[in-house]
Amino acid sequence: MNFSSINWKRAAMQPGIPVLLLILVALAPLYGSGYIVTLFTYFILYMVLSVSWTIFSGSTGYISLASAAFYGVGIYAAAMFGERMPFIFVILIGGIASFILAFIVGAITLRLRGIYFAMFTFGLVVLMKEVIHYWEITIEGTRGHFVIYQSNETIFYYLLGIFIVTMIVAYIIRKSRYGLALASIGENEEAAGHTGINVTMVKVITFAISAVFMGAAGAVMATKFTYIDPGVAFNPMMSFSPALMAIFGGMGSIYGPVVGAVFFSYLQEWLMTGSLKNYYMLIFGAILVLTIIYLPSGITGLIQNLWRRIRGARSAPTRG
Amino acid sequence: MHLLEGEKVTKYFGGLAAVSEVDFYVDEGEILGLIGPNGAGKTTLFNLISAALEPKPGVIKFRDEQINGLRPYKICRLGIARTFQTVKIFGNLPVIENVRVGSLFGPLKGLSTAEATKVALELLEFVGLSKVAYTPARDMTLVNQKRLEVARALATKPTLLLLDELMAGLNQTELLDTMELVKQIQKKGITIIMIEHVMKAIMGICDRIIVLHHGKKIADGTPEEVANSKKVIEVYLGEASDAGS
Ligand SMILES: Nc1ncnc2c1ncn2[C@@H]1O[C@H](COP(=O)(O)OP(=O)(O)OP(=O)(O)O)[C@@H](O)[C@H]1O
Ligand SMILES: [Mg+2]
Repeated sequence: MNFSSINWKRAAMQPGIPVLLLILVALAPLYGSGYIVTLFTYFILYMVLSVSWTIFSGSTGYISLASAAFYGVGIYAAAMFGERMPFIFVILIGGIASFILAFIVGAITLRLRGIYFAMFTFGLVVLMKEVIHYWEITIEGTRGHFVIYQSNETIFYYLLGIFIVTMIVAYIIRKSRYGLALASIGENEEAAGHTGINVTMVKVITFAISAVFMGAAGAVMATKFTYIDPGVAFNPMMSFSPALMAIFGGMGSIYGPVVGAVFFSYLQEWLMTGSLKNYYMLIFGAILVLTIIYLPSGITGLIQNLWRRIRGARSAPTRG
Repeated sequence: MHLLEGEKVTKYFGGLAAVSEVDFYVDEGEILGLIGPNGAGKTTLFNLISAALEPKPGVIKFRDEQINGLRPYKICRLGIARTFQTVKIFGNLPVIENVRVGSLFGPLKGLSTAEATKVALELLEFVGLSKVAYTPARDMTLVNQKRLEVARALATKPTLLLLDELMAGLNQTELLDTMELVKQIQKKGITIIMIEHVMKAIMGICDRIIVLHHGKKIADGTPEEVANSKKVIEVYLGEASDAGS
């Protein structure tokens, strides 16, 4: 590991297999059925959410449950501006609105530690849902909104684009001096402050950056629903899933949350369409508990350790 | 002008005056010792200087500018670095990254990443940790973790360094090594305030000593003056005669 020194040549060579996979996925609409495209769309959605969740929570250790709020803000951005503007602007608005919300919420709540921060961020999801619900009923006299339609392929490619940007940003942050600041905050926040890091600023900005991608993803996905209301937009599962996927996948490498997202979205798809529909949450929870107890660095951490043992290398520093 | 000066610095925890109306100063180039029984308020005073806590009431000035009320990272960038009594390292990061955090974020004018690495390696050499530069910090002995904190603090390019019980729990050789290290730091032109219970170290290297007791300053003077002060012998040196061993 080496923070703050991006070797661009190596960075370009290293992800050979992932890039190949990415191209294979990108071509899915050409060879796959509509079902495959939809399935992949959900994979990518959860990949975006869990990677962006990890940008902030993975490094600092602050467990955010606000993902659904940022995702929902993106959904509402699409509902409000979808008809008036080109799709790309709608997506940008979703991202920017989420950034602003996260910035404000971060500035208020990032003094809270541990469970209090998790609770407050989850409260934000509930609050957003209730406030918008109230607004719609009393002021607009409606319940929910229509969202302009986009084809499955459009949704797929926009989401894929967001995913690529998310990965690049996550990579740059992780390898930069900024990533080192985040890591040191995660290790010991007090010492980080006394070592010259503007802890509050770094936390708030990172929290806001991670929200951008959630909001953008929400704006894209909204067009899949055609009709949305606060219950759909601010679904608490969208807060829990990214966190659980990232923890399961492992946050020591950038691929961890990706693996976790694919695994759980596939599991979800498989269980939901079968007779085990009612057990999804139960299985989800059980896997998570087992992961936390037995695989503290997630499934990718396990694979890395096995790989290291196979090569006979002695314990090298983890992370990154 | 003193480098650092405190006027009637006070800190209450509930009803307890952990630090009570303490006036103090340190001049450029000095090694100032801060001693006193357990719970006297020494660490709290460090916390006040480094802005982990805010004095209420009281004023702390650095180069004649009031610094209380600033945030810890600002204090660090102004040139006041510290170590911790209970070590606070970045355990899962390699030793060298711990120090690089200091050199990347601590100085007023940040270094380039290459310079930061160079500085970090030099400082690890200086404190004697070159060999373990790439091991995770948590895997080191406590003694080495304390040395790592010194290197990290030095990486921020301080004018004033606050050392909180750097010598606690050392054997004789380590103690002599560490005393030598502190003198070397002074030679670099860095002013030092050190909290210690180890009398041999304090008496050996400090230019001046302040004694705290129940949050109050009870003595301030050269090592000889303090060692001969009746009051100090009564409340501290008498009771803590074993602390010198
Ligand atoms: N954060 C805190 N909250 C409440 N009380 C505190 C806090 N920090 C310190 N104290 C109390 O303030 C008093 C001074 O503590 P301090 O740690 O400054 O002592 P010290 O001189 O460093 O002692 P030692 O030699 O044991 O390290 C003690 O009574 C301690 O219990
Ligand atoms: Mg103390």
